[in-house]
Amino acid sequence: MLKEFGKGLGTILRALFFEKKVTIQYPEQTRPVAPRYRGRHVLHRYDNGLEKCIGCSLCAAACPSDAIFVEASENTDEKRFSPGERYASTYEINMLRCIYCGFCEDACPTEAITLEHQYELSFTDRRDAIYTKERLIEAAPQGMSATPQVTEPGKFTRSVPEMRDPQD
Amino acid sequence: MAKLINLTINGTPVTVPAGTLVVDAAKKIGIDIPVFCYHPKMEPVGMCRQCLVEIGRPMVDRATGQPVLNEDGSPKLQFMPKLETACTNPVSEGMAVFTETAKAKSGQKEILELLLTSHPLDCPVCDKGGECPLQNLTMEHAADESRFIFDEKHRAEKHVPLGDLIFLDRERCIQCARCIRFQDIIAGEPVLGFYQRGRNTDIVTYGEPGFDSIFSGNTSDICPVGALTTADFRFGARPWELKQAASVCSQCPVGCNVTFNVRREAKAGGGYVIKRVMPRQNEQVNEIWMCDKGRFAGYQYTEAESRLMATPAGLDAAVGQAVAKLVESQSETVFLASGRLANEDLFTLKQLAAALHAKTYLYTQHGGGEFTTAYGLTSGADLGALGKGDTVLVAASDLYNEAPLWHLRLKAAAQRGATLIVAAARATKLDEFASFVVRYAYGDEVATIQALPAKDKIGEAIKNANNLMIFYGSDGLGLAGTTALAQSCAELFSISPVSQLTGSPVSQSASFPVEQLTGKPEDRTTEQPEDRTTEQPENRTTRKSNTGLIGVWSTPNQQGALEMGFRPAENLAAELAGKTVYVIAADPAGDDPALAEALKAAKTVIAQDILTTKTVKLADVVLPAAAFTEREGTYTNGERRVQRFYPAVPTRPGTKADFALLAEVAKGCGIALEGRSPLLVMNRLSTAEPAFSGVSYETLSQPAEQWPLIGRSDLYYGGTSYENKLGLGVTLALQPKADRQSSTVSGLRPKENEFLAVPVTKLYDLGATVAPAKLLSAHIERSAVAALHPVTVEKLGLGAGDQLSVEINGAQFTFRAALDASISTGVVLIPRSMGLAISAPALVKLHAAEKA
Ligand code: SF4
Ligand code: SF4
Ligand code: SF4
Ligand code: SF4
Ligand code: FES
Repeated sequence: MLKEFGKGLGTILRALFFEKKVTIQYPEQTRPVAPRYRGRHVLHRYDNGLEKCIGCSLCAAACPSDAIFVEASENTDEKRFSPGERYASTYEINMLRCIYCGFCEDACPTEAITLEHQYELSFTDRRDAIYTKERLIEAAPQGMSATPQVTEPGKFTRSVPEMRDPQD
Repeated sequence: MAKLINLTINGTPVTVPAGTLVVDAAKKIGIDIPVFCYHPKMEPVGMCRQCLVEIGRPMVDRATGQPVLNEDGSPKLQFMPKLETACTNPVSEGMAVFTETAKAKSGQKEILELLLTSHPLDCPVCDKGGECPLQNLTMEHAADESRFIFDEKHRAEKHVPLGDLIFLDRERCIQCARCIRFQDIIAGEPVLGFYQRGRNTDIVTYGEPGFDSIFSGNTSDICPVGALTTADFRFGARPWELKQAASVCSQCPVGCNVTFNVRREAKAGGGYVIKRVMPRQNEQVNEIWMCDKGRFAGYQYTEAESRLMATPAGLDAAVGQAVAKLVESQSETVFLASGRLANEDLFTLKQLAAALHAKTYLYTQHGGGEFTTAYGLTSGADLGALGKGDTVLVAASDLYNEAPLWHLRLKAAAQRGATLIVAAARATKLDEFASFVVRYAYGDEVATIQALPAKDKIGEAIKNANNLMIFYGSDGLGLAGTTALAQSCAELFSISPVSQLTGSPVSQSASFPVEQLTGKPEDRTTEQPEDRTTEQPENRTTRKSNTGLIGVWSTPNQQGALEMGFRPAENLAAELAGKTVYVIAADPAGDDPALAEALKAAKTVIAQDILTTKTVKLADVVLPAAAFTEREGTYTNGERRVQRFYPAVPTRPGTKADFALLAEVAKGCGIALEGRSPLLVMNRLSTAEPAFSGVSYETLSQPAEQWPLIGRSDLYYGGTSYENKLGLGVTLALQPKADRQSSTVSGLRPKENEFLAVPVTKLYDLGATVAPAKLLSAHIERSAVAALHPVTVEKLGLGAGDQLSVEINGAQFTFRAALDASISTGVVLIPRSMGLAISAPALVKLHAAEKA
């Protein structure tokens, strides 16, 4: 009886003093996630600050849990959000519905939406779980203005960027 | 009946009438041959080569004329060295078509590969994506990879407004010419064309303003790619996100079957909103087309800012007030309703009024309804079946502006060989397709119609017609004028053998003395007996189904109101004084200041409407009603076809359907009426009204297979018009003929410095159901003109487009002057619902407006 107790205590003491600690002090410390970890979505921008999302709704169509809602509108050169004629005037993801499958990423023709590494999602109101475009979109790159932009007429006529080799 | 031809397609035998194209024969047995340029409503042109198939024809020995046989005794087939197009080849006896052989498949595949060399990667942003023939056929038939070099892709302009309603994306166009051919052949407005050649071929529009057609939206439906998009829907939604609600267009008496596409929108707080209006196939009404007014103004008015709404408590209070007023006034009440109401509403109203012993009037300036209920079209009628031997008379109506789809279908009837007679006081768009154009001076309508039988060829055409269809409108006419015109049109049936309608010949009815027919009795005696003897009397008593009188009303359901016995008041203003007036779906105060005065002189005004009209503003009690997009109901179109519409969006707060409001008011008055559902109202209606007997929501929603087969999985064949799954409607039975005294119309004769102003209808006007459509504002602006003879314009010291001041009963109004050389010099055409109240011909003074 005493022997077993001593053995158990020994295991504890060994773990306490000699083994590497696995516990981290979350939230002060966080654990790095795998590169392909699927956390909350981010909507991306091109280097010039224009939004990559063209409001095509393909992500919404691909989503198995119907978590995405997109409404599109028309760009003009005076008020341009994205290249081409179409942009997402409403873009919402309901994070309570999302199952983080990444189908939306796959469906996106412009690589506008990706699942990133942020996983700290907690809400005190269900309505906060609906991430709007403002919450999802990344900041404009350094020195570039956010959208809408005033752009040179006839320059951004194409919605889907030309990918020379489809393998890219 | 055409000769029948037997052939096999992929081994399946099929028998079709001679002249059928291979592609249609295949369609009949469910074999889809991919097509782009072919459209079942238009002649084939063989431009895209997508429909390549192998066609074998039985070999014939030239010497003997006998078929050459294989060893096994089957006829030997002869193939062309190359593939043939299924859309240009009519079937022939013994033909064997192969659509699935390796050779045929590779032909189809290569055409697609070629088309895709110059097609942009636009599917994600393209409005057609999801219902796109090119997408679908590519998925089904194309190669996985292209052998062409991406860098050599064709680049062109992507945002070309053809007009203010249709945008062209030149990169997406595959040059099938469907849009061009639709405009040329079907719409009869050839405003599109190709420019340049080869890869640079572009669609262009000629004329100013661009794409000047009232059928332009249809080109976007039949365009097999997303090259033509409509301004109202651009990027509005992806097709797969849309839900469908079957409905009927409420803009004119044709009653085009439409589908409202709805989806939830963040902008609407997550509620359903209508995103677009699409035609729904009904080959007997609108085929697969609709006009731009229905498409671009179809529902916008139901969303206008001036929509009436209330809180539920407010609605109850309003109903309570209305009840109090009605209980007090009882038979001293006058109900005034318009043809914007559904049949169910009108029937409920009729019962309520009857129980109160109150008067009801139909609010319209277009009379003669008592003739259309007795002489109208009946079961089996179909404008699409008019052809050789049939005669159509269009009297005092500019169908292009008043009922565009009838214009389209009569034009087609004329091209099929029907005799089209257009009698109008001015040039109309239909003249071009007419066999005879009869021009008269405004005021001479009745005399002109009465004189028609005496004219050689026209008289013949009327008398010898297999079917005689007469449309009468209100061009330049008021209530009295249209009533008299209707009567003279109805009299024409008595001289045509087709028309020994439902029994007693019209000429024997006491109210139509034969002497009225023509000014010259001797014509009649020489011509008529001959005609009659050639007909067997018993044949003449059966009525031809395409024979009848049609009123070109201004509201979708005036015919329904007429069938239930609603009639306009001859002197409405006098009827209203001192009474409790209950106005429903009408705006007399907005239409005519005189009626506004009359309403002010009424004891109480109760207004029930969907919009805040002038009448609503001066009403004592206001009852907000639900719009037709928010409820169920039926309309009876001008061809007397009852058609059902379904709710597309939820009812607005504090509003109820008109019949429900009326039933609630009735309940307050101690009268039990059906107000629970329109279906139950229709059940009562069909038992109470003989004309509606046999009509029920079940019979109304019976679909039937229609040709061409469209809207299934094969959008490439007929376009994106919706298949009709919710019923083709039912045509009413004819009513007994009403006795009536012939009315007289006092001719107005302009004095010195005076002109005869006549009301004419424009497609796009400032009426409450059109003006809220923002997209059409430029079109409305263009219609706001008063037309004069060029000589008159010059005399007034004006030019076309200058401001012209019209003075009518002391009121002044300014229009832009337009030229119309087809009218006489003493006449000015005033558009209805454009700001100046004009309900009947009037004398006016004209002068140049002072420059602002
Ligand atoms: S990750 Fe999956 S579930 Fe979440 S939004 Fe994307 S597609 Fe929908
Ligand atoms: S995120 Fe991508 S798939 Fe989704 S709407 Fe935007 S562009 Fe389309
Ligand atoms: S027309 Fe059809 S194939 Fe072309 S971009 Fe649009 S959806 Fe894609
Ligand atoms: S615009 Fe459309 S319908 Fe017209 S030719 Fe081009 S592809 Fe055909
Ligand atoms: S050539 Fe037959 S469909 Fe175009």
